Amino acid sequence: MKDILTQLEDRRTEARRGGGARRTEAQHAKGKLTARERLDLLLDEGSFEEFDTFVAHRATDFGMDEQKYPGDGVVTGWGTINGRQVYVFSQDFTVLGGSLSETHAQKICKIMDMAMQNGAPVIGLNDSGGARIQEGVASLAGYAEVFQRNVLASGVIPQISVIMGPCAGGAVYSPAMTDFILMVKDTSYMFVTGPDVVKTVTNEVVTAEELGGASTHTRKSSVADGAFENDVEALIEVRRLVDYLPLSNRSKPPVRPFFDDPGRIDDSLDTVIPENPNMPYDMKEVIGKIADEGDFYEIQAEFAKNILTGFIRLEGRTVGVVANQPMVLAGVLDIDSSRKAARFVRFCDAFEIPILTLVDVPGFLPGTGQEHGGVIKHGAKLLFAYGEATVPKVTVITRKAYGGAYDVMSSKHLRGDLNYAWPTAEIAVMGAKGAVEILYRSELGDRDKIAARTAEYDTNFANPFKAAERGFIDEVIMPHSTRRRVCRAFASLRGKVLANPWKKHDNIPL
Amino acid sequence: MFDKILIANRGEIACRVIKTARRMGIATVAVYSDADRNALHVRMADEAIHIGPAQANQSYIVIDKVMQAIRDSGAEAVHPGYGFLSENPKFAAALAEAGVAFIGPPQAAIEAMGDKITSKKLADEAGVSTVPGHMGLIEDADEAAKIASEIGYPVMIKASAGGGGKGMRIAWDDAEAREGFQSSKNEAANSFGDDRIFIEKFVTQPRHIEIQVLADTHGNCIYLGERECSIQRRNQKVIEEAPSPFLDEDTRRAMGEQAVALAQAVNYTSAGTVEFIVDGDRNFYFLEMNTRLQVEHPVTELITGVDLVEEMIRVAAGEKLRLTQGDVRLTGWAMESRLYAEDPYRGFLPSIGRLTRYRPPQEVAAGPMHDAGKWLPVVGGGDAPVGETATRNDTGVFEGGEISMYYDPMIAKLCTWGPDRDAAIEAMRLALDRFELEGIGHNLPFLSAVMDHPTFVAGEMTTAFIAEEYPDGFAGVDLSDAHIDRIAAAAAAMNRVAEIRRTRISGRMDNHERRIGTDWVVFVQGREIRVITDADREGATVRFEDGSEMRVTSDWRPGQPLAIVHVDRVPVVMKVARITGGFRIRTRGADLPVKIFSPRQAELARLMPEKEDADTSRLLLCPMPGLVVKLHVEEGAEVQDGQPLCTIEAMKMENILRAEKKGVVSKINASEGDSLAVDEIIMEFE
Repeated sequence: MKDILTQLEDRRTEARRGGGARRTEAQHAKGKLTARERLDLLLDEGSFEEFDTFVAHRATDFGMDEQKYPGDGVVTGWGTINGRQVYVFSQDFTVLGGSLSETHAQKICKIMDMAMQNGAPVIGLNDSGGARIQEGVASLAGYAEVFQRNVLASGVIPQISVIMGPCAGGAVYSPAMTDFILMVKDTSYMFVTGPDVVKTVTNEVVTAEELGGASTHTRKSSVADGAFENDVEALIEVRRLVDYLPLSNRSKPPVRPFFDDPGRIDDSLDTVIPENPNMPYDMKEVIGKIADEGDFYEIQAEFAKNILTGFIRLEGRTVGVVANQPMVLAGVLDIDSSRKAARFVRFCDAFEIPILTLVDVPGFLPGTGQEHGGVIKHGAKLLFAYGEATVPKVTVITRKAYGGAYDVMSSKHLRGDLNYAWPTAEIAVMGAKGAVEILYRSELGDRDKIAARTAEYDTNFANPFKAAERGFIDEVIMPHSTRRRVCRAFASLRGKVLANPWKKHDNIPL
Repeated sequence: MFDKILIANRGEIACRVIKTARRMGIATVAVYSDADRNALHVRMADEAIHIGPAQANQSYIVIDKVMQAIRDSGAEAVHPGYGFLSENPKFAAALAEAGVAFIGPPQAAIEAMGDKITSKKLADEAGVSTVPGHMGLIEDADEAAKIASEIGYPVMIKASAGGGGKGMRIAWDDAEAREGFQSSKNEAANSFGDDRIFIEKFVTQPRHIEIQVLADTHGNCIYLGERECSIQRRNQKVIEEAPSPFLDEDTRRAMGEQAVALAQAVNYTSAGTVEFIVDGDRNFYFLEMNTRLQVEHPVTELITGVDLVEEMIRVAAGEKLRLTQGDVRLTGWAMESRLYAEDPYRGFLPSIGRLTRYRPPQEVAAGPMHDAGKWLPVVGGGDAPVGETATRNDTGVFEGGEISMYYDPMIAKLCTWGPDRDAAIEAMRLALDRFELEGIGHNLPFLSAVMDHPTFVAGEMTTAFIAEEYPDGFAGVDLSDAHIDRIAAAAAAMNRVAEIRRTRISGRMDNHERRIGTDWVVFVQGREIRVITDADREGATVRFEDGSEMRVTSDWRPGQPLAIVHVDRVPVVMKVARITGGFRIRTRGADLPVKIFSPRQAELARLMPEKEDADTSRLLLCPMPGLVVKLHVEEGAEVQDGQPLCTIEAMKMENILRAEKKGVVSKINASEGDSLAVDEIIMEFE
């Protein structure tokens, strides 16, 4: 009997060795941790419960029957993050390059099914050379099985992908369909076709880092939502992100003790709007001064910086923030910022995370680049996302809310629950100068007249009161009391019930 | 007494004057430029009058505009503060003509002391010690040696037309004097086309010590001790104190009496300052007289209990001084740190922008000023608690306010008083650590560093202190191992509190909660410190590997930006911000990323590669937000080390950016007239 028990321990020890000491060393030399080391960092100490430790592939072609490793290149199971359950898979690059076989895929599918059933997020740590070529179509089938589950799980449980090594070819499409992609700088890359194929087909010479490194995907392609210095920092930050998210669409967003007075008055917000309407200011300061403890977990910080998206807490509860950033392109809406914000709004709505929208938007960006790029459809994504969202929505207009962009940014007309404006708000079809040039075209030659008209327009329309008179603004509030107002607004909406008409699904302009 | 006075100034000094005037029941009128519409002095004054555009030369120093404001407001007297019109005899004359009292000295005294040569001559005649020297022409090397030995070595041999160190030699004996004379003469002839040479005493180990005088219109004049202002950077005072740690009673009296003699010689009234340079043997020499209230006047107030602004107002109203020389007592020690909007890590370049956070330390009353009943009103509000040491912050800004490019970059004057010098320094260290200031670059870390510098602590500084101790600028502070241990203990305890809060999140699996360990590894300032934290109701006991223990208590809660942690009952005051895996901790001039890992995290963190900062040596980055005034080179140009590349204007200062090494300009990204942000790339090199 004792022998049999010992045998299990021996088998486990073998499984935990992964690809062996030499490959582990090579992994470390690249600045990367092994699959199991990563899980040690991701999960609460001692909380990992492993499944399928002994799963092995069944391939025999190309001498594969000689190369069997228990676990088959991926470690799966569940554990806790600050005591909350999450399902995890962690690909092991030391075992056959982390390549995905039929059985490797089955292991991932198993924990995804459990996660869906039991209502807990899935976190995938990706570090894989791609499909296991030796298995041929069985490997491709394995990918597709995972893809299908990504699709079904979308909107049911949060899915987070951490790219911690190569992720190439078909493999990219699983992370692509998850909610968040986080990368590790310098040691991870993602692309559909690698530098060699690119060279062959298009004659372009490009490095893996340039083609699909963390910098490319956080700044240019917007494929990734964030990037971190190394494995340790990335996994610490994933734990922080999970602390903001509900476990599934069946549970509420988490609440945590907080040490910041919800009624805190911040007088410095009274001077955040510069005297000159053309001067920028940093909307991040406003977010920080509204949020509990000034803490803001930004999503896609490096992309489309003219809009800010991310999570804060108010009274310890998660709130998604969307805010125009006057520091970049005057906070204008364009293709990129609309796409970025729309996806974030839909994530929040899917998981019942209330949305705070801070508005200072001069309109949509004009130009052939935008029009030819399809700003009509991309801009409509944000409009659509706000319009369909049924979560509590609180909006604060700090300065400009011009034209169609006013409508888009969670206006009252898109079922904004509580829409506030600072006294500095200018809610109008356009700025005074532009409006006067259209309305008084015949007087354009007369500088004095135009100046008088502009001043008149400014007095009459560049304020929040025309909108407040119609009830489009629920209240004009003092900037210094914004935190108190917004906290109370969300508190009042905790019982909100609102449903959209039944439909199979909508047809958002993709 | 006056019913209403106008303050022809802005910023902290305007606020300072308003406080005293209010205490005296005098109404105040502020003047302001476009840039100061929302400034603190405007908010504090009973009335405020707009006097023009932001540029001082179109507002604050335009006599006609200030005179108009005086007429419009009906003010009976004007306090000029310092700078601007304070030492402008034309302004004093205009006031006299309009029958408005000037809260300052008579026009003639301003004029007499305003000229370097006249003032030195007057000082000489009044029996004030001046730097010995020979102003006449010197024929040859022998005569030079003769004169030099008469003056006494060491001497400075200078070209009359000299400047920038050219044509200057220091000689310690006759031979050096002969040689120095010849080489100075040659150099002067070549550089300036003027080979006239003069010789004066070279002051070794110079210290800047100044005497505060106060005189009324009835012929009474007293001195209120000295201030030492040796901590200077390019002639800009940074830290002042009173008394000076260097003076003895005899020297103090001699300097004081000479200062009074000079003041009386020019029929001085009001507050004034006689500046001396003092050498290592306590020989002192007159430099100049400042005919106004000095920036650093609070340190004198703190050790004498005399409100200098009040006395100035009373003198201007024709009152007699209320105290005699015999009444003047110097009690305890006062320090002043000037907070500048200057980034010490970027060569003290000016920094402008919004004060997103501005929380000065709580003001505390103590010392003579408090005993004299002057404290509470001057600090405003009158709600300062009383303590063993005093903290005073003279400021003209507020959280959410703007530091503009138009005026002096001084944000505040933080002063402390203690019964002795050590106590005043310790109070200053804590006050600096408590000072929360965000949004702009500022010199708080540098001030903290000086407060811990052994030369300063020993009181052995000279005016060369900053240049000698920080020859390559300021690159932050390395704290002692003992100090780092205390920070590590505090950080471990704080991290535990933050981690426990994380485990209190909703949605946990019942009975499977995360348990926080007791073993931690703190990564800080290149060290790994293993600690064990035993927490209890009151705090935590932190054990180190060598078995030693520290007791840590604090009411800090996660998210609070200021942590006051008592480590073995000694307060460690830190500015704290969350970073990945720990905290950014700023204290005592150090800016430390502190990571707190579990033993397993630590083991894996050690495997992570060190990453080097991106190579910016081939780039010229904009060191401050500003306007490109001039590009001195073109693409393709070969540049030499030190060659000017670009001029950036910020805070009305033109800053010339120079090549750090030889190279070729490959690309220029900015053009003249561009507004640049910090770290924007101006040009690239091959």
